Amino acid sequence: MKSYNLTHLEELEAEAIYVLREVAAQFEKPALLFSGGKDSIIVAHIARKAFWPAKIPFPLVHIDTGHNFPETIVFRDDFVRKIGANLIIGSVQQSIDEGKSVEEKGFNASRNVLQTVTLLDTIEKHKFDCAIGGARRDEEKARAKERFFSHRDEFGQWDPKNQRPELWNIFNGRKNIGEHFRVFPISNWTEMDVWQYILKEKIEIPSIYLAHQRKVFIREGVIMSTSDFIQQRETEPSCMMQVRFRTIGDATCTGAVESDADTIEKIIEEVAAARTTERGTRSDDKRSEAAMEDRKKEGYF
Amino acid sequence: MNNKNQNSNTNSYLDMELLRFSTAGSVDDGKSTLIGRLLYDSKSIFADQYEAIEESSKRKGDATVNLALLTDGLRAEREQGITIDVAYRYFATPKRKFIIADTPGHIQYTRNMVTGSSTSNLSIILVDARHGIIEQTCRHTFISSLLGIPHVVFCINKMDLVNYSEEVFLTIKKELEAFSSKLEVRDIHFVPISALNGDNVVNKSEKMNWYGGSTLMYLLENIHIGSDYNHVDCRFPVQYVIRPQSDEFHDYRGYAGRVAGGIFKQGDEVVVLPSGFTSTIKSIDTFNGSLSEAFAPMSVTLTLNDDIDISRGDMIVRPHNQPIVSQDLDVMLCWLSDKKIFLGGKYAIKHTSNDVRCIIKDIKYKININTLHRIEDDKEIKMNDIARITIRTTKPLLFDKYSRNRITGSLIIIDETTNETVGAGMII
Repeated sequence: MKSYNLTHLEELEAEAIYVLREVAAQFEKPALLFSGGKDSIIVAHIARKAFWPAKIPFPLVHIDTGHNFPETIVFRDDFVRKIGANLIIGSVQQSIDEGKSVEEKGFNASRNVLQTVTLLDTIEKHKFDCAIGGARRDEEKARAKERFFSHRDEFGQWDPKNQRPELWNIFNGRKNIGEHFRVFPISNWTEMDVWQYILKEKIEIPSIYLAHQRKVFIREGVIMSTSDFIQQRETEPSCMMQVRFRTIGDATCTGAVESDADTIEKIIEEVAAARTTERGTRSDDKRSEAAMEDRKKEGYF
Repeated sequence: MNNKNQNSNTNSYLDMELLRFSTAGSVDDGKSTLIGRLLYDSKSIFADQYEAIEESSKRKGDATVNLALLTDGLRAEREQGITIDVAYRYFATPKRKFIIADTPGHIQYTRNMVTGSSTSNLSIILVDARHGIIEQTCRHTFISSLLGIPHVVFCINKMDLVNYSEEVFLTIKKELEAFSSKLEVRDIHFVPISALNGDNVVNKSEKMNWYGGSTLMYLLENIHIGSDYNHVDCRFPVQYVIRPQSDEFHDYRGYAGRVAGGIFKQGDEVVVLPSGFTSTIKSIDTFNGSLSEAFAPMSVTLTLNDDIDISRGDMIVRPHNQPIVSQDLDVMLCWLSDKKIFLGGKYAIKHTSNDVRCIIKDIKYKININTLHRIEDDKEIKMNDIARITIRTTKPLLFDKYSRNRITGSLIIIDETTNETVGAGMII
């Protein structure tokens, strides 16, 4: 007898497609948050599948800190052109220029936190009632309890202790005027699932995920990319190393790992053997034990 | 070297299945130890995660590493040492990827377990070998049955504390079988384990040679889940209508949705509800090409050979196997809100891709979830109560009994003033 069974990747994809179609049906003006990182690339890829042969019925939004890896921006523009999507850029630099945000100072200055202001501003300006993100529950402990459909009040805040129960696959996107939702279609994916899916679907990703020679320096055990955005101490000399990035965030807070994995297959092997989580390279999470929760409550991704 | 490594062997991941299971239990029945063991032995806890919780545990003065800290990530949870909400954990072996919905045992117990179990294939119920069946065991079993979880595995834990006695195991097993016979549980398993020492969790116990059955991990990896979805009654709730309006796809009209039951094939005769118009399936489309058939839980797009007006909330089914169409429904309700339910009150309902309103017509009885007795003299429904109610909806719903189909048989009730989800309903 034929077995009517999906593989785990097929089932995760079917779930994500279902969630994205619910977004299109339940919200008037959704947007897909697109950073050029692998998770948002996957969500955009699945969105393409969900609405094919029509185009993705919502714009892509990039909250741009201005402190990017150049490779990511090249990739972003190329990707958007290929799928024929509409790209909206929310600029952190502009928020700073307008006096809405104040730049952090010092050696560990980062625009990571400032993204929240720009994100909420962009949502308000374009009257988006839903922002789709690529967050996964396995990434970070505050995200382990996140819903697929996550309610945000009129200040964009998350109330983790008072979340709506989410039963079966029935998603409640009802809200009052001024409130919005964050929706996470790949909540149930792990880092391994993401890489296996990239391999299976032959999805293009920014080159900095693969091992390459890079000018870097070491700060508190984390390998940071040398760039104009980061002030190096005298005790932090630059050197060349063979590295790759496990996550791509703002260049000021994303660390690299030493790696020879220059193909997706090798990355999968590396992830399988890895002994630290992918966000272990993110200094933004290390500011305190509940750093992620605190940022999320304020309206972070 | 370990499971995770085998996991990455060339293309082996293309055969992996997904199993969702829920665990329920109170603080001291060894649930965290069991989950910890499963995660350890599948190498799913990372060094930085482990170091972080080891550090936290030490700071709090715990004797052992408290694995609950892995997912109790919210500040309030860490401060108060409680789990507030359903926590999701993930691990994989070369055969399957697992999603654990781990529900806390104390506060808002029912609400959390109903939420966490609603999509589970399997439920693990821990029984302390020293105590046998207690009230909580009955509660877990009843909720697993109520939620229609296809497989239930009773882990008789702490066997090391009863000298690995076969007699103790068999007595508890017999009692559990007697209790379960009063409920609708399709597939039941019993495994004697010691989560602490790892007996029969991943590796077969050398201390219980009398036990000829499978280890817990073997069950999780091999239990047949291919029939957990309904593959008999064709149900396709239309979620979204795709109209590209491009030159290439000028007249394309596709009905996007996730198959909720049955097997749809190209060329099948279908009827669209509620209109009753009939047509045949022209194609089953996906981005990667057309398919000859589609089954639950696939997300596809159907096109039909006739031009019919179809929109979200409609359902595509087969002419000779149709769902129930009615405005009057009897529902087993789990109430999730701290606001009481009002007899005669009006609420919003979400059912498949449909939005309707309803009025609560009757509260028939509540259930004492510890004894399974019906309570007919107290009909005040509060948070965590389970009750049988009758509702009338503003327009007919297209549904099946929950016991027949968990997708077309479930609904949620929403408070229209707060937009909160206040009730979970299983149609009888």
